[in-house]
Amino acid sequence: MELRPILSAMRRNKVGAILIAVQMAITLAILCNGLFIIEQRIMLSKRPTGTDEANIFAITNQWMGQPADLPARLQADLAALRSLPGVVDAYVTNAYPLTNAGWSEGVKLHPDQKSSNAPSALYFADEHGLPTLGLRLISGRNFNAAEVADRGLNDLAPPPAVIITRRLADKLFPGGDALGQAVYVQFQKTRAPIIGIVDQLQVPWVAASGWGSKFSDNAMIEPFRFVAQYSHYIVRARPGQTTVVMRAAEKTLIDVNRARVLRKVQSLTDARAEVYRDDRGLAIILGVVCAALLAVTAFGIVGLTSYWVAQRRRQIGIRRALGATRKAIIRYFQTENFLIAAGGAAMGVAMAVSLNLWMVSSFEMERLHIAYAFVGAIVVLLLGQAAAFWPALRAASVPPALATRGA
Amino acid sequence: MFNYYLRLALRSLKRNVVLTALMIAAIGVGIGASMTTLTVFRAMASDPIPQKSAQLFEPQIDNWGPLKHGEVTGESGSLPEQISYTDAMAWMNAHAARRQTAMYATSLALTPSNPEVRPFQVPARATFTDFFPMFDVPFLFGGPWSAADDADHADVVVITRELNDKVFGGANSVGKTVNLDNHDYRVVGVVDRWEPVPRFYDLNNDKYGKPEDLFLPFTRAIDGQMMMWGNNNCSGDVGVGWEGHLRSECVWLQFWAELPTSADAARYRSYLNNYAAEQQRAGRFHWPPHTELHDVREWLVYQHAVSDEVRILVLVSFSFLSVCLLNAMGLMLAKLLGRAGDIGVRRALGASRAAIFGQCLIESAVIGLAGGLLGLALTALGLLGLRSLLSDEVNRLAHLSPVDVGIAVLLAIVATTIAGLYPTWRAAHVQPAWQLKAQ
Repeated sequence: MELRPILSAMRRNKVGAILIAVQMAITLAILCNGLFIIEQRIMLSKRPTGTDEANIFAITNQWMGQPADLPARLQADLAALRSLPGVVDAYVTNAYPLTNAGWSEGVKLHPDQKSSNAPSALYFADEHGLPTLGLRLISGRNFNAAEVADRGLNDLAPPPAVIITRRLADKLFPGGDALGQAVYVQFQKTRAPIIGIVDQLQVPWVAASGWGSKFSDNAMIEPFRFVAQYSHYIVRARPGQTTVVMRAAEKTLIDVNRARVLRKVQSLTDARAEVYRDDRGLAIILGVVCAALLAVTAFGIVGLTSYWVAQRRRQIGIRRALGATRKAIIRYFQTENFLIAAGGAAMGVAMAVSLNLWMVSSFEMERLHIAYAFVGAIVVLLLGQAAAFWPALRAASVPPALATRGA
Repeated sequence: MFNYYLRLALRSLKRNVVLTALMIAAIGVGIGASMTTLTVFRAMASDPIPQKSAQLFEPQIDNWGPLKHGEVTGESGSLPEQISYTDAMAWMNAHAARRQTAMYATSLALTPSNPEVRPFQVPARATFTDFFPMFDVPFLFGGPWSAADDADHADVVVITRELNDKVFGGANSVGKTVNLDNHDYRVVGVVDRWEPVPRFYDLNNDKYGKPEDLFLPFTRAIDGQMMMWGNNNCSGDVGVGWEGHLRSECVWLQFWAELPTSADAARYRSYLNNYAAEQQRAGRFHWPPHTELHDVREWLVYQHAVSDEVRILVLVSFSFLSVCLLNAMGLMLAKLLGRAGDIGVRRALGASRAAIFGQCLIESAVIGLAGGLLGLALTALGLLGLRSLLSDEVNRLAHLSPVDVGIAVLLAIVATTIAGLYPTWRAAHVQPAWQLKAQ
């Protein structure tokens, strides 16, 4: 293929060629950053909590004022919930995953340390907590009933024992010997032995950046029944019965005691959909914009190439009359587009990387994997070829006889 | 002359329907995408209380020590975003500002007088009476409680119009009682529609949410040990129970001061610094005084009122608009140069360069207008899509205001005309002689 005639024709149509190249470059830059963000958000919203999510629901309970008999009311509620048909187990807590609301503590290894060794989410649970959540104990044991005590909102009783996640254990004891060692939680000087390690339990905060994003799998469970005006009952239903049990549980609690407000009754499946709604929304919107971008760029190429074809009908006719095949004409326009697209792609890869670097510095985003830029470049090149094909076909159908007519 | 150019423009656009449609579509899609995100961005970045945003200030104080706060939040050098009960009470008692209020969000259960209706939860705000005049809160019935009510820890409440509709059927409820957490409170005022966006006075949760449904004296809420319904961060030793919580260095309260002039603000700054220095002398702080004072606009920036997601979308959609404009520019170039013959004839017949330039410019403005109108329709569609995809909180922001409509049309016309400048300039420089000869 002879490139010289193409280049010299392009030189006479500089502005048009540059416009297409710049368009393709911007398209490429947005496309690969957009796809990258989409993938990140999808991965974010797919992170497991470590619990048997499909069969768990939460009831957020608020008592009226601070009744003196809270501990007894709580026991009555728990007994009623646990005896409901279809319920596997239930417990009461201060927080649960997928809500963006919870408690955190800095965990220390020595009582007099100035700063903590690792931040961690703090969950309260009695001996029913692990079986209700369906957490996988990888070493040690669950709490026993003797270890569990009542704890109010502003109580400061130290935990007699703690169960922590594998990630927190690895962070605190990189040697892998966390079980049986002790931790000190921020305000307490008493040691709390680690009696069990669970495989995984996510913190309540799920945002892509900001609070909790840097320690999303650091969690600690303390053996307390959370006795407070506002608390959450977590219930695990038998597989497939969540919806039915959820309705029955709500009714049961109101029958047990009417002096309360059930603020929220929600399955963890719904909690996940709700808490990641904006991430999913962002991914979908970016997807639509990327598709629209490709369409606009493609139509732009079709339009401008068609114009060039129309402009050069006479020259095409002459080439055809001089013996150029239809294929040669198509190849001419395809090659022309390839040269422009290649220039655009080179410019676009550079723009994509710098756009990403800028976003990394202003949005706490991760660095773009360079593979995205190359995939984007290939997509843009293919798009150009596809868009130029129709005008090229039109060009190929210019009859050679045109050369003999005086235009 | 303008009318004649307009007719020419329309005729020329009709001559190549496909190219014209492509241009209008490109501009429409670009405007639609960028206006959709810009609408949400403008709502997020808007000034919630423009008449007073430069007079309302949120003070901050370092009550944890310079290293401690950074360790908890991961942002070194930053101050706690809320304050402790100790500091809040000291600042309230000092009366160093024209108006001031400490406050926190809480939650109460309302038992309706009709026993058939189940009790329901009411988001509430514990605050001082200054809250209402300070934030220009409009009243439908009654008014704020008095300073004496604050001092007496009185059982009084101000409710919103919405709650008044729900509980009292919209009637004037001033003087009536509501039962909250098994205790009767007297309604003293009903707030008319008041929805500052973002909800600047407390950005901890629901940044773009509605204000609480009910307001009650801060002093009463503390007496009742009403739970905090927001963020609480603690450092150092914490005592047992509610009393321990109040005495602790936990930060959980918002505080606002009204300082009408810059001299007032400067005076308040030095008050805060003197206060911190005093605390240091008294042995409470073991570090030099560090305080800050932000007005509403600064506070919104400090608290990242505009979400990263929306920033990304604005960036992406405006890049998209630029692609669409480049696209339209290329097509316009093709179109105008395709008419070089016509232009040559017109030039030869005596049309000046300026006349050709003006005529072509009007042609691109017409395309811009058509693209803008299409873009407006697409924006409405885009916002509809946004509302179904994003959380309810963001949904409240996805509404087109008349200003947004104006921006969309103007943006389309200006952007298209600018994109049309180069093709127009090229057209105006067509050599009449050369064109005539070529034909």
